[in-house]
Amino acid sequence: MSIVIPLLILVLPLFMFLFLGLAGCKMSHKLAGWLGCLGMGTTTVLAYITALTYYYNPEFTSAAGERLQVVIFNQTWLQFTDYLVIKLGFLLDPISALLLIVITTISFMVHIYSLGYMEGEKGFQRYYAFLALFTFSMLGLVVATNIFQMYIFWELVGASSYLLIGFYYTKHSAVSASKKAFIVTRFADLGFLLGILILSYYTQTFNFIDMTNNPGGVLMCFEGATFMGCSLLTWALILIFVGGMGKSAMMPLHIWLPDAMEGPTPVSALIHAATMVVAGVYLVARMFPLYALEWNASTFIVVVGAITAFYAAMVACTQIDIKRILAFSTISQIAFMMVSLGVASEGEGIILHHGVGYMASMFHLFTHAMFKALLFLCAGALIHAVHSNDYTHMHGMWRYMPVTHITCLIGCLAIAGIWPFSGFFSKDEILAACYSWSPMVGAWMSMVAALTAFYMFRMYFLIFWWKEHPIHHGHVPHEAPLPMRIPLIFLAAVSCCCGFLHFGHFVSWNRMPYDIHIELGIALSSVGIALCAIFIAWKMYFKENDLPVKMKNMLPRLWDWCYHRFYWDELYMFVTHKIIFNGICRPIAWFDRHIIDGTMNGFAIVTNKCSYAIRGLQSGQVQMYVWIYLIGALILGAIGVLFLLG
Amino acid sequence: MDYSQFLAMKQEIGLLIVFLLVFLYDTFLPQRAGKGLPIVASLLMLVLTVAGFFTCFLGSPDVTAFAGMYATSPVMTAIKNILNIGVVIVLIQSIKWANGELMIMRRGEFYELLLVTLFGMYLMISARHFLLFIIGLESASLPLAAMVAFDKNRYESHEAAVKYILTAVFSSAVFMMGLSFVYALSGSLYFNTIGYAIIGQHSTMLCIAIAFVIAGMGFKLSLVPFHLWTADVYQGAPTSVTSYLSVISKGAAAFAFLVIMAQVFGAVYEHIWSWMLYVLIILTITIGNLFAIRQKNMKRFLAFSSISQAGYIMLGVIADNTMGTAAMMYYILVYICSNLAAFGVIGAIENATGRVSMEDYNGLYKTNPRLSVVMMLAMFSLAGIPPFAGFFSKFFIFTGALAVGTVAIYFLVGIALINTIVSLYYYLLVVKAMFISNEECVIPTFRSACSERLGLWITVAGIVFLGLVSPIYNWLLEITAPIASLFV
Repeated sequence: MSIVIPLLILVLPLFMFLFLGLAGCKMSHKLAGWLGCLGMGTTTVLAYITALTYYYNPEFTSAAGERLQVVIFNQTWLQFTDYLVIKLGFLLDPISALLLIVITTISFMVHIYSLGYMEGEKGFQRYYAFLALFTFSMLGLVVATNIFQMYIFWELVGASSYLLIGFYYTKHSAVSASKKAFIVTRFADLGFLLGILILSYYTQTFNFIDMTNNPGGVLMCFEGATFMGCSLLTWALILIFVGGMGKSAMMPLHIWLPDAMEGPTPVSALIHAATMVVAGVYLVARMFPLYALEWNASTFIVVVGAITAFYAAMVACTQIDIKRILAFSTISQIAFMMVSLGVASEGEGIILHHGVGYMASMFHLFTHAMFKALLFLCAGALIHAVHSNDYTHMHGMWRYMPVTHITCLIGCLAIAGIWPFSGFFSKDEILAACYSWSPMVGAWMSMVAALTAFYMFRMYFLIFWWKEHPIHHGHVPHEAPLPMRIPLIFLAAVSCCCGFLHFGHFVSWNRMPYDIHIELGIALSSVGIALCAIFIAWKMYFKENDLPVKMKNMLPRLWDWCYHRFYWDELYMFVTHKIIFNGICRPIAWFDRHIIDGTMNGFAIVTNKCSYAIRGLQSGQVQMYVWIYLIGALILGAIGVLFLLG
Repeated sequence: MDYSQFLAMKQEIGLLIVFLLVFLYDTFLPQRAGKGLPIVASLLMLVLTVAGFFTCFLGSPDVTAFAGMYATSPVMTAIKNILNIGVVIVLIQSIKWANGELMIMRRGEFYELLLVTLFGMYLMISARHFLLFIIGLESASLPLAAMVAFDKNRYESHEAAVKYILTAVFSSAVFMMGLSFVYALSGSLYFNTIGYAIIGQHSTMLCIAIAFVIAGMGFKLSLVPFHLWTADVYQGAPTSVTSYLSVISKGAAAFAFLVIMAQVFGAVYEHIWSWMLYVLIILTITIGNLFAIRQKNMKRFLAFSSISQAGYIMLGVIADNTMGTAAMMYYILVYICSNLAAFGVIGAIENATGRVSMEDYNGLYKTNPRLSVVMMLAMFSLAGIPPFAGFFSKFFIFTGALAVGTVAIYFLVGIALINTIVSLYYYLLVVKAMFISNEECVIPTFRSACSERLGLWITVAGIVFLGLVSPIYNWLLEITAPIASLFV
């Protein structure tokens, strides 16, 4: 494949960012928006061309049918020593091609949607510039040829997420949310960096292909290196996973994601539902052969994922703010993907059940990106109509917003896992993988799936039914404008049919084509459970009644804990403010103020004094200059003699 | 005589052609065409630069000519091209100044003198015999005195020129004194012959000789204590000349110095001159910084800043390895961009308002935000703040020096690092003045000339992209890798 198109995929968004960032303030909102869409549309077309060429051109498949990993280009960026080389490149393989499609599609849809949603906002051009920056960073992340490049773009993604969450920078809550997101993910990235350093120190390479195609060799490199009873490889992998936990909002680093909903809703759809938050999943998938080696690391992933999935689902059942419901549902669904990656192997490099967990995880990433973006965009349309995030201000919206209603219903059915919507297929594979790893995990995840169906339909019924819409001051909700409806309809259509893709043909753990089999037992039972959950939700929330209040009063403690997200934020507040600030920061601040500043001020005073003392050297008299010159030359000679003899 | 030898001097001949064209244009075209001269000169120089890069990429083999007095190799072609880029920027930035009222009769002279000095620098870079080297050195120095005195109606300009020429003559004398010692010791003026002859010679006379050679070059590089002319001359000279002096002249001298030290005195690196350079570098960086802190005049301030920058450039010489050479060339390139950005802003403001004091810059951001941002980028790059090019150049040159691996070099780099912190202080003073300080009589909003803006855009592009676009440095590393490339 020629280098031009892949390069353009990266360069175009970067150019759009620079162009809109620098020249945006000179143009009208409309022009900036359309230019942004045009740039993103072109990028999308190029990404599709690249990905489809990769999937369908036999040139990229070996004789045995294995899809090849192709490095389109790999440019040395910084060279320190022979081994310590940082390269920037473009790696094309099944998962990066998949992510190219996902990112550009969602980003393009969000670009179009924002034309309507952000209309008239102050800083409209800035918004489009940031969107382009984010898209650039995310694309750079997924095509990374080495772990260091991934780290660079990983941080860029974090930075652009920070910029977009804090887009309404005059709003206090938005500013603190953006800070929170940045600090929490940065904190996690510390683990990531340590992991990278340990891993590359032993393997002497950053390169993904070198590491993943030769896991045995990596294991050899770590021969005998242990720390606290575990192999250092396990530690490195767990630390890298910690970075992924931060970005993908796994417990206990999930606290930033619900707050990140302060950003504009299309941003939430793009960054905090479909693309950036799955970076952690992508990272683990990228290094899957290594995780498959280490039972400890993959089990850690399963445990973290399973707990997070359940926790987030519980919390989502009680929230009022529809964006927060969706945020917790995102956390829960990403946890599904994580668990699925964890259960794909049994350690020692033994792959379970043809690596169906790996395939299912990527499949779910794909379908989830589509239907979750759809749900967020629906939420945006609703918020646009009623100017509030709370479902208490919505109710009975079906009458006013038919398009949003139908598309939202499709999204809910998809996430609940009802046949024939896309979520059914991917979730079924995940559950199958879980059951083959351990029936307990399978049952646990089935339960979470039931909760998912319940809270999604709770939200759906409360928004669109429950009772007639309370009309205040004659403000009648209106259907979303056309630029917002197009993405909704497109994503809904995709969510309806993308389940029928032969996904295994495109992505599998060993890159060989794999036929997906629907496991009837699991499929029927999970659809049954989901339908039951939907039925309960229907019973409770379809028409105004007092069942929900009764339920709440029955389990007041549980409801309280769920509503307050199990007090994680309060716990963090306590730990940071009371323990870390008082115990660590205050003494450091004192040390800084008195000792370090004192020393520095001392230096400054000495420097100033010296500077004052030698000012006579620069007398302005050329005779003096020549004298100093000559004496200087002679002293220099003397120094030479001194060292020569001494 | 084999006339094909002249083919080795492609770049010099190209430069001569440019010189002749400018000369003919100036002499024979009617006076009203004179206004076009600055643009024509810039364009010709641009063509020369582009052509130079073509020779670079088409591959210019290592060639010696004229009985080994002249040599060229990809490295030398590259450094000449780097200087060319700087000259193009200087010329573009000076278009407005050269088209000013006072310059009508003398416009041509400025360009002719400038091109002659550039020719001298080319010779300094390519000379492999001290005779040719002296010719290059002198033709690179003496016309500069005339250029420094170009503002005829400003008293400081004359004073600066007198100071410059007196010091230059004196330093030439010292330099040649040193050379005569070298000749006495080795019986030759060829670089490589001397290099072989002094192997194992550890005499006092050689120490004195080397000290004098270093002093002579130290004048051009403005190393402490041979730097005293710098501030007065930079302040007195027209800004275009100052910027030329501070980057091009210094860059060429630095490379020539590297060649002399490595090829001629390479054998006594450990015993003699590395120690001299340690002392010089520490003095240069530290004293340059200490003086820079106190300056109130922007041009004087940049003079001291450029003195301390010369100290960093010298780290590439002391590294005495290929990485040091590559890092030094890269440093020169980055330094050209950063310093010319700073001088470009100063020149633009001076041309528009005639103000050059640091206090005048208070609150500049409110009235001239773009110029302030350019100045800020230049200061950040000079101070070495990532991700601007200055950070990478400092990083590479430190890494190159550290590769020597002795305790002394760790100490030296340590001092240099501490000094970067000091330098951060005074570079940020300028930024603070522009962005934070308030002032009653702020420089009013003005529109800088097209040419000035073009020059600034080029330098800003350099500051932002030189560091991030890695192939540039990798390419320099690649061409400096063969040891022979320097010692043709």
